[in-house]
Amino acid sequence: MQKTILSGNEAFARAAYEAGVTVASAYPGTPSTEILENITQYERIDASWAPNEKVALEVGIGASIGGARTIVTMKHVGVNVAADPLFTFSYTGVRGGMVLVVADDPEMHSSQDEQDSRHYARFAKVPMFEPADSQEALDFTRLAFEVSEQFDAPIMVRSTTRISHSKSIVELGEPLMELPETGLVRDPSKFVMLPGNARIRHPLVEKRLEEMSEWACTQGFNRIEAGDGKLGIITSGVAYQYAREVFPDADILKLGLVYPLPKQMIRDFAARFDTLYVIEELDPFIEEQVKAMGINVIGKEKVPICGELSPGRLRQAFDLNPPNLPPIKEDLPPRPPNMCPGCPHRGVFHALNRLKAYVTGDIGCYTLGFMPPLSAMDTCICMGASIGNATGLSKVLNEEDRKKVVAVIGDSTFLHTGINGLMDMVYNKSTATVLILDNSTTGMTGRQDNPSTGFTLDGQLADQVDLEALCRALGVKHVETVDPAQMDTTRKVIKEAMERPEVSVVITRRPCVLIKHENVVEDLPPLYVKTDKCVACKACLTIGCPAIEWETGKDGSKGNCKVDRLLCNGCQVCMQLCKFDAFGVCDD
Amino acid sequence: MTDNNVTNILMAGVGGQGTLLASEILSEVLMQAGYDVKKAEVHGMAQRGGSVVSHVRFGKKVFSSIIPEGEVDVLFGFELLETYRYLPLVKELGAVVVNNLKIAPPSVALGKRDYPTDVAAKLKELVANVHVVDGLQLAEQAGNSRTVNTVLLGALSNTLEPTHEQWIAAIKSLVPERFLDVNLKAFELGRQVC
Ligand code: SF4
Ligand code: SF4
Repeated sequence: MQKTILSGNEAFARAAYEAGVTVASAYPGTPSTEILENITQYERIDASWAPNEKVALEVGIGASIGGARTIVTMKHVGVNVAADPLFTFSYTGVRGGMVLVVADDPEMHSSQDEQDSRHYARFAKVPMFEPADSQEALDFTRLAFEVSEQFDAPIMVRSTTRISHSKSIVELGEPLMELPETGLVRDPSKFVMLPGNARIRHPLVEKRLEEMSEWACTQGFNRIEAGDGKLGIITSGVAYQYAREVFPDADILKLGLVYPLPKQMIRDFAARFDTLYVIEELDPFIEEQVKAMGINVIGKEKVPICGELSPGRLRQAFDLNPPNLPPIKEDLPPRPPNMCPGCPHRGVFHALNRLKAYVTGDIGCYTLGFMPPLSAMDTCICMGASIGNATGLSKVLNEEDRKKVVAVIGDSTFLHTGINGLMDMVYNKSTATVLILDNSTTGMTGRQDNPSTGFTLDGQLADQVDLEALCRALGVKHVETVDPAQMDTTRKVIKEAMERPEVSVVITRRPCVLIKHENVVEDLPPLYVKTDKCVACKACLTIGCPAIEWETGKDGSKGNCKVDRLLCNGCQVCMQLCKFDAFGVCDD
Repeated sequence: MTDNNVTNILMAGVGGQGTLLASEILSEVLMQAGYDVKKAEVHGMAQRGGSVVSHVRFGKKVFSSIIPEGEVDVLFGFELLETYRYLPLVKELGAVVVNNLKIAPPSVALGKRDYPTDVAAKLKELVANVHVVDGLQLAEQAGNSRTVNTVLLGALSNTLEPTHEQWIAAIKSLVPERFLDVNLKAFELGRQVC
């Protein structure tokens, strides 16, 4: 069969195709996003972005009830949103096989917490596979669809950033040619979870887990790799790779199914060693269960609980060959991510900073408004929290302070879960101000479409949610729209909204400079600085645009700023900050 | 230290510089040459001008996709400061191939911090085997300033096993048709520098 290099996410997508999936749904979230984007290349799969993870899962459940094999993908924090249907779906079980791929983000490369989704598998009593590279991402996911139907359960597959975004060599399999038959089948005792029905299902769920635990002892995805017999290690997922790298001679029990655990297999393995380690990333999930079986293991006493593992960190944990000391003595300037040059959000945060607003923030590119010099974000909790946070905060403030509270949220995030907060604001007569930063895309995760952008996942035209009309329909009386590149107007409109003792929504609308669709972003000429006019006041630097750089003066001269014409997108926001008319537009 | 003959290449650069395509081409050519290959991108918040590193490992059998500290054989840098930042991960007899380019991080652009001085000289002081490549100049010579990453790959290609033909095949399979000629030219120019 064909050999190729795939990322974990590409392999998950391929698995869905090979397994005969016909429906896929997701909300984008790093590191899971590319799974759905890759699925679009397989024509027989109906793939779509949902407004949030709960909806995505509900779509998947519906398709499964209709008999189709379906895949739903999300990042770890997305499972919190989808948890409600997930727990009940565990009771009903499936008709068509259904797999939920969840991508955790140890080290929080792009997340606000590092939750370990394996707990959700156990909590919801949903079996979970955990692949250790792209080949297993393909094989396990494909197998998960069969297992789902065999045991009448939704199956979770856990990825991590390092699996999703690493590439390794994969042998592709033959795609299933005959697709499962779909159609309406009435089965209320299975799919209507009224208490009476649910009570009957719960024991079945427990029995299913017990049966699976036994079955898993004889399956190839759980395997023992023989070593020199001195040291035993139980591990799974990417941690397996690090364990193999660091302990080449150890005996390893590699778990492919991390819930339920193959108890007898673990007992037999453990009996052979005096020293037994559990090496796992994040929480002591396997460790605690093994200890609960009465087996003595060493885990989190040695292996760090916080952050991503690596061979280096493992070596350190076990005091093995510390790497050479760094030869660099200098303290180097860090290079954090920054909003793009020409980003439409920049002007908004400049205004909020000047207005001394207390900003309850949200999840998206605009979270970077937290960084200096804009420094205009005071809270950031989770998707959609900005609005509810603002409401709660205003409840406990005096009138003066209350005016300062501004919730900032993006278009996609607003539709994800922000909208519920706004409903509450109007209903309960809050006075806070909400800014919807509409950049016509889901910028942070790589510019995906959403119900307000006018396009579907595969780029087809779609009806567009009218954000202004939607806010009005929720009962907001003051809805105004501004172009955030017009700095004076933007500031004035936000100021008025903040003053108003009623809910006000300001929509700042300008497309993301990286937007995918053609003819959306204007192609503007870059700017330059007339050095003779620049008086070195540094006002333009307060916008924090990566295209503007300060040049220190040589031999005591004042210095001036300079525009990198390759980076500049010509938004002219900096120009509006310069009182000395020092910016010019390149006309070549 | 475990030595199962895995070779480790760390690519360091700034988000948006095209490290991704370079590491894809590199992985492809190594697979074609018959190695087991693993590759990982490490960066924060997806993109946006932050620090980006790509780990590429190849050999008979590769486990971790992340290179253990102190085991980098070749540090392949797209920008001077980022190359300098990851130098502590390089093994004693490792090599550095670096693009002679400075991109100011935010604190430097704002005039709050200084860009470290003479980075190329410092690299040479700390590692014996350093090649400084004028990537942008060669890319412009090839006909497109955006082909810096391919120029650098050309420079790197001399230090690795795969043949010239294998490299060309990998570039052909991954670079879009309309950019192919200029990239092939950039590759050849890079190949001549070290
Ligand atoms: S991707 Fe778009 S929204 Fe995000 S920082 Fe860049 S310009 Fe701004
Ligand atoms: S705002 Fe104008 S005068 Fe002040 S530093 Fe910038 S370009 Fe120079």
